[in-house]
Amino acid sequence: MTPSERQPETRVTAEAGTRPGRLLDLRDVAVTYRSTAGDVPAVRGISLDLAEGEALGVAGESGSGKSTLAMAVLRLLPRTARVGGEILLDGEDVLTMTWGRLRAVRWASASVVFQGAQHALNPVRRVGAQIAEPLLVHGLATPAEARSRVAELLEQVGLPGWRARSYPHELSGGQRQRVMIAMALACSPRLIIADEPTTALDVMIQAQVLTLIRSLIADRGIGLIMISHDLSVLAATCDRLAVMYAGRVVETGPSREVFAGARHPYGRALAEAFPTVGDFASRLAPRGLGGDPPDPMRLPGGCSFHPRCPVALPSCSWREVGLWPAGRTPGDAPPPDTVPSPHTAACVHVLPDPEAVPDPVTRPGTGAGPEADPEAGGADAAPAARPAKESA
Amino acid sequence: MTLLEARDLHVEFTSRGRRARAVDGVNLTVGEGEIVALVGESGCGKTTLARTLLGLERPASGTVRYGGTPLAYSTRALKAYRREVQLVPQDPTGSLNPRHTVYEAVAEGPRIHGLRDERQRVASALSRAGLRPPERFFPLYPHELSGGQRQRVVIAGALALDPGVLVADEPVASLDASVRGEILALLLRLRAELGLSALVVTHDLGLAWNIADRVAVMYLGRIVESGPVEQVLGSPSHPYTQALLSVLPDSPAPVVLRGEPPDPTRVPGGCRFHPRCQVLAAGKAAEAGVDGRCRSQPLGILPAASGPQVACHFAEGSRTPA
Amino acid sequence: MSEATARRREGIARFWRDYRAQRAGLYGAAILVAAVLASLATPLVTDPSGLDVTRATGAKMAPPSLAFPLGTDESGRSILLMIMWGSRVSLLIGFLSALLSMVIGTVVGITAGHFRGWPSAVLMRVTDWFLVLPSLVLALVLAAILGGGTSTIVLAIGVTSWASTARLIRAQTLAVEARPYVERSRVLGAGHWHVMTRHVLPNVAPLVLANTTLTVASAIVTESTLAFLGADSGQASWGSMLRGSYDWGAVTSGAWWYVLPPGLCIVAVVLAFTLCGRALEAVLNPRLRGAA
Repeated sequence: MTPSERQPETRVTAEAGTRPGRLLDLRDVAVTYRSTAGDVPAVRGISLDLAEGEALGVAGESGSGKSTLAMAVLRLLPRTARVGGEILLDGEDVLTMTWGRLRAVRWASASVVFQGAQHALNPVRRVGAQIAEPLLVHGLATPAEARSRVAELLEQVGLPGWRARSYPHELSGGQRQRVMIAMALACSPRLIIADEPTTALDVMIQAQVLTLIRSLIADRGIGLIMISHDLSVLAATCDRLAVMYAGRVVETGPSREVFAGARHPYGRALAEAFPTVGDFASRLAPRGLGGDPPDPMRLPGGCSFHPRCPVALPSCSWREVGLWPAGRTPGDAPPPDTVPSPHTAACVHVLPDPEAVPDPVTRPGTGAGPEADPEAGGADAAPAARPAKESA
Repeated sequence: MTLLEARDLHVEFTSRGRRARAVDGVNLTVGEGEIVALVGESGCGKTTLARTLLGLERPASGTVRYGGTPLAYSTRALKAYRREVQLVPQDPTGSLNPRHTVYEAVAEGPRIHGLRDERQRVASALSRAGLRPPERFFPLYPHELSGGQRQRVVIAGALALDPGVLVADEPVASLDASVRGEILALLLRLRAELGLSALVVTHDLGLAWNIADRVAVMYLGRIVESGPVEQVLGSPSHPYTQALLSVLPDSPAPVVLRGEPPDPTRVPGGCRFHPRCQVLAAGKAAEAGVDGRCRSQPLGILPAASGPQVACHFAEGSRTPA
Repeated sequence: MSEATARRREGIARFWRDYRAQRAGLYGAAILVAAVLASLATPLVTDPSGLDVTRATGAKMAPPSLAFPLGTDESGRSILLMIMWGSRVSLLIGFLSALLSMVIGTVVGITAGHFRGWPSAVLMRVTDWFLVLPSLVLALVLAAILGGGTSTIVLAIGVTSWASTARLIRAQTLAVEARPYVERSRVLGAGHWHVMTRHVLPNVAPLVLANTTLTVASAIVTESTLAFLGADSGQASWGSMLRGSYDWGAVTSGAWWYVLPPGLCIVAVVLAFTLCGRALEAVLNPRLRGAA
């Protein structure tokens, strides 16, 4: 597994093994917003996949591109956004779908639970009518059937059926969030994207909603992408985690492993931001990260995290590392192709020899990658070596 | 020594024609150089209590005291009080006037109070809040700062008055995860360097564990359990505290309480937590023979002592025989 | 704080850049600048003695000629001369009464928005009263009671036209007062005066400015209407010229040069003010900015 110095700094590809029943497959997705001040790269080449019945947590701060990525899956981005790469939903590329097909997919195959349930509900319509709307619009049910389906959905999210006759303002925050989930479930989607579904909620209500979401995934085999800045919530709900920073995935792997033993310093900082009560290491010692999230229009060169990184090496200011196997002991990590969901991190410290500075030929921008390693043609190949894809 | 104190405080509102007992009898103290966390769900009255301690709401009965002197609500007395007790608000973005520069935002307090050496005061407040060198931040507008920097500007605005106590209402709730720890560390450093006390209002138990010396758990207008953080969060006595801790993401056996936080216009009789109490529902209170009292006998208001205290028939009952 | 001044200047530059993008607003501003310059220059280039009926030199109701480019009126006075001097009266009354109206409206609006409870209730009932009152009739009555003169007309228009402004400013004040930075200011020890002048006023000022511009337009119309109905300031204004043309049957006798110039002047200036007001609104009101 030891790569020669001339190889690009990435070994893990999106083609990692044969994961069965793949529901969603993101391949090298890039999103750029065009603005008067110039292009803003919000998502810079992300490859992720999701199987049926699996929950993937996407963690990151505001501006990390996590919400943009989620919206891109259903093409819900504003017109100023340019999307590159492939977004395969059941093997069909969302980006090349016709509008009619996309509309059908949006309800029947995938739906979104937005953050801020109070704004996403129409205040002058009864919640029952709002839940039934997609069913009626798509001709999936008669009004009578829709009524009974609404009652059923409300029961599923733990609300009494008569709540269908309530207006949004008559419900509490937690109840409204559950109505949002009922709306997302209305057309029995196979994929749910939940953007900060519990951020505005109290701990107790949050626990109720998370329990609900967990049971729905388990019972119905729904695929879930949950977005949050709270790594502890994601770790408790999801099977796998992807940590995003400045438009890239910097760490991914099984939830427990990432949360308890993050290898990327940013993943570690996020995990430590929400302390475990009873853990005396964090008592009277809040841990944070100096500096501020980068401006996507002025990303630092090299590893975009290096200005805030507590363990940065001199080479980090020009050297950008792709996702690498990051098992407990870096050198002994099993080949990524043989495990379904490897723990990987995009940090120089997971390399077998962090101090070994690669040959100057492979410095970012010189593009020595693809010919040196044909396998690196996969989606997660050294990003710095192939920036051209984003302008496609 | 006690600095800020709430003594038998009641605050009421009229909500849709009904009387809401938002704060329904609270004793609470913040000692010199002490950081106290006030935790509870939204609607439990913790924000109203904080606003009352800041003199923004007038209590229906009871007093707010600072340094032992009860707060009078005359304009002059309130203005003098403002120099001692300052606010760190939840939303730093909304709390800065978008038309004011950082300098003007921090100088606002000293100008109101007619303090001298304004420029030097502003500079030292900014650098104490971690914005160095301060002169670089003077001409910036809020929209040119990051969320964490805005919160530091707001904190600097409070520090410019040299207060004794900061009342922080969810100080990091609207900040990014990685910035959170830095702001909390700042509150701890201010305590270490300036002896600044703080009352931190939050729904986040992890935050209390991170920075507080003592914690008070509030439910429906009353403090139901209080004491040193290690004790209250390490071995909680009140079923409500136990439930709050049990639903944290990492806990092994979550006790998800049923129902929403109850309505302060309809405070249940007996123990105010009894309709949602998992100990009562599981029959453990009946085994201990206190279930009747849980349903009918109201609990007294907890005194403002620093040791561990709990307002629960079951906890008291199980403690006494032991 | 020279740096702060530099930033203010930068803000003004940004404002001008945004305003320039509003084409209609630019035309309006051009017309206004021309009208104001012309009215200011009038005493320098013309002799007011021509306005005196007894010293008029032209023939009665003469059509436009070289000596009198816009013809003459029933007394033989030059219409062009009257238009030029009339613009001074019309614009002055328009500006002053709009100013008065805005001052009353802003003070009442901010006060009613800042102080809740009974002061607000009383002020708003008074405002409602002025709002439902037929303001033209009230202005006529006021002008009749107070007697003639420019200041009377200004007062009559100003006092009857502030109510809608007050409502607008109050609504904006309530919105500003609900912002957390006002609460933070209170916690810092700010009193009513500080909150009203440091936070509320700067935030409602753009609205006031845009609204003033629109009010000037309606004040000019009101002045003309009042003058047409007989309540004039005693000096020639565009409104009193229209009145004269009506009294002397200019329309029926085909003396278009007596009717059209004052009418077109009123339309042009009112339109210019309205265009400027709308452009200012679009530039200064962030909620409209995206839609523009």
